[in-house]
Amino acid sequence: MGDNVVEVRGLRNQFGSHVVHDGLDLDVRRGEVLGVVGGSGTGKSVLLRAIVGLLRPDAGSVRVLDVDVLRATDAEREAVGRRWGVMFQDGALFSSLTVRQNVEAPMREKLDLEPETMRALADLKLGMAGLPAKAADQYPSELSGGMRKRAGLARALALDPEIVFLDEPTAGLDPIGAAAFDELIAQLQSALGLTVFFVTHDLDSLTAICDRIAVLAEKRVLVTGTMEDMLEVDHPWVRAYFHGPRARAARRA
Amino acid sequence: MVEDIDRLSRALDGVAPEMVDISAVDRLDTAGAWLVTRLGGEVHGASASQHELLELVGRAQWAEEQGPAARPSVAAWLDRVGRRTAGGAAEVAEVVGFLGLTLARIGRLALRPGRIRLTPLVAHMQSIGVDAVPIVSLMAFLIGVVLAFQGAAQLRQFGAEVFVVDLIAISILRELGILLTAIIVAGRSGAAFTAAIGSMKMREEVDAMRTLGLDPVEVLVVPRVLALVLVLPILGLVANLMGLVGGAIMSWIELGVSPAMFRTRLGEGVDVWHYAVGLIKAPFFALIVGIVGCHQGFAVGGNAESLGRLTSRSVVISIFMVIVADALFSIFFALVGV
Repeated sequence: MGDNVVEVRGLRNQFGSHVVHDGLDLDVRRGEVLGVVGGSGTGKSVLLRAIVGLLRPDAGSVRVLDVDVLRATDAEREAVGRRWGVMFQDGALFSSLTVRQNVEAPMREKLDLEPETMRALADLKLGMAGLPAKAADQYPSELSGGMRKRAGLARALALDPEIVFLDEPTAGLDPIGAAAFDELIAQLQSALGLTVFFVTHDLDSLTAICDRIAVLAEKRVLVTGTMEDMLEVDHPWVRAYFHGPRARAARRA
Repeated sequence: MVEDIDRLSRALDGVAPEMVDISAVDRLDTAGAWLVTRLGGEVHGASASQHELLELVGRAQWAEEQGPAARPSVAAWLDRVGRRTAGGAAEVAEVVGFLGLTLARIGRLALRPGRIRLTPLVAHMQSIGVDAVPIVSLMAFLIGVVLAFQGAAQLRQFGAEVFVVDLIAISILRELGILLTAIIVAGRSGAAFTAAIGSMKMREEVDAMRTLGLDPVEVLVVPRVLALVLVLPILGLVANLMGLVGGAIMSWIELGVSPAMFRTRLGEGVDVWHYAVGLIKAPFFALIVGIVGCHQGFAVGGNAESLGRLTSRSVVISIFMVIVADALFSIFFALVGV
């Protein structure tokens, strides 16, 4: 499978009679930032959920880090699950735990560490995600939306994953916060050699940090390629998306 | 690997080198980088990406270490007791305020009956009342059976079997029928009120209502409380009937008191006031269960845990309050002599 860390083949997802994906193929290469875009309801989040195994597709195969996650044994799946981190749209932090305990939760579950070490590593992850020290002892409900997203990222990074899946990480952030978040992801990506799978609507993020872009439309991945490739694509939705006024503004910036 | 970090971290404790050479390191993760930056020496031999990671990790560390959590002390314990007491008093005041607010809204609606929301009212009457009939009936029937069975064993010693009718009728009509119904309704519907209003509060639906000019008390609380007040007496009546039926059947089997004799004895020996006393209490119990359930729902905060905690709290408080009210009613009825 070479340099592909994620290989999706012939994926089909269907809810009742509503087909979301049909014959969807997608590759994610090692060390790249892949932005996944698509209109509302094209199943971006469904694709992410299918890859990380939260949703069982009706047909097709998903290989992550050379493991066929649909047919793997529980032990194999757990082993590969340790090598990825997922950040959900609103952070999906455990509301009954403090922010630090949230980051410690995966370490407590998967690693056998001393409490002090765990605490130091959790604080480090929170600091890397750009949270101030006082946030660590707060509960998620006491944080702003942007800080919850950062805490969610810190938890996704808790086990030093090779792949991180981010579901609309910059949605709902102010432009400064969103730019800082983009920069943070770019830094982490280059420093840790992360592969980033990035569901987004944010054209600024796409231009700023994505190596490649995959467009979901017509129940499959319509095209993948760089931002320049996208501008050449002759498909009504892709044209409307990448040639719209917001897209032009984002490119100029 | 990160599993070894504890051992390494201990081994390197107190080591303060001037220079750290990591040129032999091929893979560096954040935990490793943390260890290297903690040593504090000048780092040599880092590749470009390792250098970047070390810098990132160095920047990410918070300046001041946070002190350990405060040790438990007598002062902290006193502080907690004081806070609890003050909190408890404040909550009582709050519940009374909430009761007043709800009654005021009901009064306002009574002046303009057109504004009463009939659809939710009927829906709540269905879920609180009709849906609870099977469980309430079964419970009351079994209580009647148990009372007859236990009473028979005692009364037979004195040859006073026929008084089992008085025993069953008075205890069920006056106390048990309505009290146990209220307790079941508190567990079924009071908890449901708290959970429903609480999850709406969590998802900011209550705030959305306020911004749209809807009064949450009028929309959420009044239909529920009103439905409960209307339906609980009926459920109490069902419970009374089923209790008497259960008692009658058991007396027949166990003591040979025929249903006709049971009926005659019931008419002669049991004053209608016993029945009235039970039903008078019903609306008050309904008010307690409804107000406590809704009030706890509005107290839910931002997290899932508070929803669960307050739901169970709502049931405990409303059952407790119902029993307290029942005791007060007993004193009251004894004083007025019914």
